[in-house]
Amino acid sequence: MAHTTVTTHEEISHGHGVHHDHAHDHGHHEQNFIEKYIFSQDHKIIAKQFLILGMAWAIIGGLFSLFFRLQLAWPNETFPFLETLLGRWAEGGKLQANYYYALVTMHGTILVFFVLTAGLSGTFSNFLIPLQVGARDMASPFMNMLSFWFFVLSSIVMTISLFVQTGPASGGWTAYPPLNALPQAAPGSGIGMDLWLASIGLFIISVALGGLNYVTTVINMRTKGMTFFRMPLTIWAFFFTAIIGLLSFPVLLAAAILMLFDRNIGTSFFMSDIYIGGEQLAYSGGSPILFQHLFWFLGHPEVYIIILPAMGLVSEVLAVNSRKPIFGYKAMVFSILGITILSFIVWAHHMFVTGLNPFVGSIFVLFTLLIAVPSAIKVFNWITTIWRGDLKLTNGMLFALGFVSLFISGGLTGIYLGNSSLDIPLHDTYFVVAHFHIVMGLAAFFGMFAGIYHWYPKMFGTFLNKTLGNIHFFITLIGSYMIFWPMHYMGLAGVPRRYFQFDVFNQFNHFDNLNKFITVFAIIVFAAQIVFVFNFFYSMFFGRKVTSENPWEATTLEWTTPINPGHGNWPGEIPEVHRWPYDYSKNGHNFISQTVPVTADELEFDKAHH
Amino acid sequence: MTGILVALVVVLVFAIVFLAARATELLGVLKGEGETTDSSNLTNSIILVSFLVLGLIAALWSYLAYEDTYLLGGSASAHGVIIDQMFIWTSIICLIVFVVTQVLLFWFVFKYRSRQGHKAYFFSHDNKLEIVWTVIPAIVLTVLVAYGIDTWYKITGTAPKEARVVEVTAQQFNWLVRYPGQDGKLGDREFQLTSGDNTLGIDWKDAKSHDDFMPSEIHMEVGKPILFKLGAKDVLHSFYLPHFRVKMDCVPGIPTQFWFNPTITTDSMRILKNNAKFDYELACAELCGSSHWNMRFKVVVDSHEQYQKWLAEQQPIYKPEGSEDAPADSTKTGPAAPTEASTHTSEVRH
Repeated sequence: MAHTTVTTHEEISHGHGVHHDHAHDHGHHEQNFIEKYIFSQDHKIIAKQFLILGMAWAIIGGLFSLFFRLQLAWPNETFPFLETLLGRWAEGGKLQANYYYALVTMHGTILVFFVLTAGLSGTFSNFLIPLQVGARDMASPFMNMLSFWFFVLSSIVMTISLFVQTGPASGGWTAYPPLNALPQAAPGSGIGMDLWLASIGLFIISVALGGLNYVTTVINMRTKGMTFFRMPLTIWAFFFTAIIGLLSFPVLLAAAILMLFDRNIGTSFFMSDIYIGGEQLAYSGGSPILFQHLFWFLGHPEVYIIILPAMGLVSEVLAVNSRKPIFGYKAMVFSILGITILSFIVWAHHMFVTGLNPFVGSIFVLFTLLIAVPSAIKVFNWITTIWRGDLKLTNGMLFALGFVSLFISGGLTGIYLGNSSLDIPLHDTYFVVAHFHIVMGLAAFFGMFAGIYHWYPKMFGTFLNKTLGNIHFFITLIGSYMIFWPMHYMGLAGVPRRYFQFDVFNQFNHFDNLNKFITVFAIIVFAAQIVFVFNFFYSMFFGRKVTSENPWEATTLEWTTPINPGHGNWPGEIPEVHRWPYDYSKNGHNFISQTVPVTADELEFDKAHH
Repeated sequence: MTGILVALVVVLVFAIVFLAARATELLGVLKGEGETTDSSNLTNSIILVSFLVLGLIAALWSYLAYEDTYLLGGSASAHGVIIDQMFIWTSIICLIVFVVTQVLLFWFVFKYRSRQGHKAYFFSHDNKLEIVWTVIPAIVLTVLVAYGIDTWYKITGTAPKEARVVEVTAQQFNWLVRYPGQDGKLGDREFQLTSGDNTLGIDWKDAKSHDDFMPSEIHMEVGKPILFKLGAKDVLHSFYLPHFRVKMDCVPGIPTQFWFNPTITTDSMRILKNNAKFDYELACAELCGSSHWNMRFKVVVDSHEQYQKWLAEQQPIYKPEGSEDAPADSTKTGPAAPTEASTHTSEVRH
């Protein structure tokens, strides 16, 4: 294994790859199965663990949404198989209202925290940070391992909550008190809520341990020559995501602890003057609105914790497959920074109709709409990146393009909701459901899929089947629009979200057919995800083998490692970096790896292009 | 049986799709193709452009199909009209951005797809271009912010002095509505007085309470400002009147309020909508438990004469000492069974 990656050239030689197949045999003592795959401290294995657990949660969370979509589409039908699957939650094949809300709550909790935070940021921050900055592993591999296992603990506690007698938390993923604080208010607010709070507490520890590692690794462990402004946009995105997480998640932890106090030892942080179940409660002087401030102080940055990694992945995949530099690299970095800062001062736009002081409301309108500026810059820069490119429409590239389309569609409706006057009629209607599912849910999923398809060869040494990938992409893109586009119409007709059925109201009951239409497409899109899951596991073992180190002809460091890199990533020395990561189609070269020193004629070229 | 058949068909479809996909992959390996080929790029880009075109047509068609439900056919309150105007201006701006960016995105995919002899152009940044598309959104958004905040202050300003006051208290899962009587003033409430008999905790020692009444419908007079004082007894609720563009949370322990001016009577709306059964409805818009979806309360906008007639019919809730006839609704506390609740709303008998 004498090959030194430092000398890797811009045009990779396809034959070399085969030499590296045994790279993982080198450098380390023999590890047994448990050390290597279960309690692994290798960031790449931990990344895969996050990914696979995240996928398991995605299937569960997605399935939950199908169950409640059945109720919304056919409120008067019974589905015997629901009773088979859900037992007393769906007695006689009819979903019970309490468990409808439990499913909605769990769907939100699982997708936001377990899938799009742990599964997305956990996977790709872990996988790409050391590989792309040129480090052998995270700053603290042990803490990194703990981060994953706290996620497992959190998952176990949440799973247990699904099986308790009174059912899991059912007051929405936002867990607003008093509904979620009082067992008298809803069955799910009993032990189910204590478990929910405990699970979220464990999850926050997981995020903190991971985040500290990501930030430390990016700051301290970059290889020689890897200055901040030579980092790929993926790393910038993960870096700021980790910072947002470290600053905002602890606030949710505080809120969760105070809520546990209110529930179990009689404090009054979040409640006052409550008469329920025929009795006056002793809570006095607390404010339910305070909880909302604390919750959204995390809750809003959380949507950027979800979307920034997707933006980073998409920027990288677009550049590689357009064979062009990302347009406006520095503008992209500063727009991430701008979003990061603004994400902390927009939280109260979730609270325009809580009785917030109108002046405070107007300040939050200003900052909220301001955040559209960096977002717009990013969209224009992505579109300019593909302009005059040489677009290779791989599965990863298709999902990246889908991301941009969805981010535009969902981002624009944010301009309505962020403006407090328009929020009055639209707040808590299906318009909001459509908005955040498209801009945060779907877009983040598309970014994640772009990342999975693109880096799968690096993760497993094989390609995902591209025909199945195409099927997955087109059904998901078309189906997603079919699910969420019509929800705008329902929202514009005033239909509120979180309704078990609509027949009681003459003003909300015109959408029976639309609800059926949405549910049918939800089932189709879910089926397409099963195709993906199958492809994921099948290709791991039987997929087309990767035969060169750098199958996408990319410039970044992860493609200078062997096809199946062992713990430590580079068998020889860590490569040195000489340039930024976006030299595609420059000066007659297809691409120039970051490890290639700048030549004299290139300097001439640079001068001519400025 | 049908279940098994459906499952079999699904499995079969999956199997066929998989075999076809696997065959394509193996064929590609045999031919020595990369992950993309000229023909796969062409196919994919054509599907994407078709998606754009068909999608835009479908969007237009579906918009027209649901046009009559759009903003509930117009606002029935004065401030709602300015919200709707703002909505339209925001929509015009967003629609332009939406169409331009989506068309560019999908068109570029087709136009710049990789193929034999096609090369990418090295173009890493352009300060002028970037300044342009930073400044333009900034200006547009500044306009929207100014427009929005101006509208917001118009809506949230202090209620006019002559505004009639109505108190609405939400609980699982109905609304308790209280009007002041002849004196125009609501009697005081004290949380500690809340009980099964005195659902609102009204202080009967306060004489202002003696003419208060609790109707089973909300009535408003057209063209007269009305101020709703909102609260909740147990959990969060939200006072939501879609046609009037009104939404405000009801929070236990913290009073909130919303005032507005209804402009279209129920009768006029029935003619406008050509629906003799039309009624305005109050709904809950903040998840409040298992029957959250079932908190309907009828709302009526009267002409001056209708309103006076209705007022004259109302009986105070105050029962002098010795009366056993407490309001029937007051015993209804705690989670209501859906069947019970679907007959809905508080029926205050006197």
